[in-house]
Amino acid sequence: MAKVKGAIVINNERCKGCEVCVDVCPESVIAMNKNVNTKGYHYAMVTNENCTGCTNCAVVCPDGVITVYRVKVPTEVV
Amino acid sequence: MAVITREDIIKPENLVYKRTSLLVDCALSYCPGCGHGTAHRMLMEVIEEMGIQSKTIGVAPVGCSVLAYEFLDIDVQQAAHGRAPALATAIKRLMPEKYVFTYQGDGDLAAIGTAETIHACNRGENFVIIFINNGIYGMTGGQMAPTTLPHMRASTCPYGRDTETMGNPLKITELVATLPGTCYVTRQAVHTPGNVRKTKKALRKAFEYSYAKKGVSLVEIVSNCNSGWKMTPVQSNKWMEENMFPYYPLGDIKVPAAE
Ligand SMILES: Cc1ncc(C[n+]2csc(CCOP(=O)(O)OP(=O)(O)O)c2C)c(N)n1
Ligand code: SF4
Ligand code: SF4
Ligand code: SF4
Ligand SMILES: [Mg+2]
Repeated sequence: MAKVKGAIVINNERCKGCEVCVDVCPESVIAMNKNVNTKGYHYAMVTNENCTGCTNCAVVCPDGVITVYRVKVPTEVV
Repeated sequence: MAVITREDIIKPENLVYKRTSLLVDCALSYCPGCGHGTAHRMLMEVIEEMGIQSKTIGVAPVGCSVLAYEFLDIDVQQAAHGRAPALATAIKRLMPEKYVFTYQGDGDLAAIGTAETIHACNRGENFVIIFINNGIYGMTGGQMAPTTLPHMRASTCPYGRDTETMGNPLKITELVATLPGTCYVTRQAVHTPGNVRKTKKALRKAFEYSYAKKGVSLVEIVSNCNSGWKMTPVQSNKWMEENMFPYYPLGDIKVPAAE
């Protein structure tokens, strides 16, 4: 048996703060930063470690600024 | 063994999704949340997966996507407003070995370019038309388009589209599906992960059918124009589901006859 664990990397400077990625995440990983990037946008940020690497957020991001990684984790390690 | 950390996961060998390198590494000129960006990315993913980067020529419109040639790392010719299907006709006829597509908004394709659209479809030219329908002229400040919904507000119909005087929204996609020159006509969206994945499949089929000389493939993408609609991106996607989809239902309208 193996479980998956994921992680996303957001390109903060290219994020336009549209929030389209927030609601499509089944694990409620993403929220908006109260700080802004150099363009003045409240960029998206990771808020917990529940990512499964499902890619939903990256697929809907209009600016394609999310990169997704995923590993299989043997259950005894979890 | 210790718990798996973020650093353990973020390694090249664990990569499952990244922005395709066929999109130029620059900021897109679109407003935050605009569906044009997602449509561009799906288009370039299909071109990457089909391995046709050097065999594809696109035609960009006039509209917000006028700068598509800056973002799509393929050969792109920019056309006069509405004339993309005429230009694509010439390109495909002169270079039949190329994959050719147009990328057009609803103002471009269904207003000023109606004649070019209909006649290219009627002639059965072997290229793909990607039609971004956001029900408005986004680029020029949100004027009413032929596709604007009844009662929908736009800068040139501030009290809403009055169908008595302004006519009903033009379903040009259904219209061209009746022409024998089109082989594949479908309507999709790019605001949810499921819809994005379906759009990608539709784009791939469109390229394959038109390259196989079956005629025009038209992929309409019902999209948002949050700036023109004067909503947040998230509100605009909800509004689109509630108002655009009942009038412009998603799904295949015409598929090629089975061989
Ligand atoms: C010949 C000509 N007429 C009018 C215009 C002004 N104009 C520029 S873009 C546009 C409409 C764009 O709307 P659409 O095709 O729906 O694209 P969107 O920006 O919504 O993606 C118009 C009327 C022009 N550039 N050229
Ligand atoms: S990959 Fe899936 S689980 Fe991870 S942040 Fe994105 S939407 Fe959420
Ligand atoms: S969808 Fe993309 S651009 Fe929009 S907030 Fe999320 S990461 Fe930023
Ligand atoms: S004006 Fe509308 S169509 Fe143009 S980039 Fe902005 S949201 Fe997109
Ligand atoms: Mg438009």
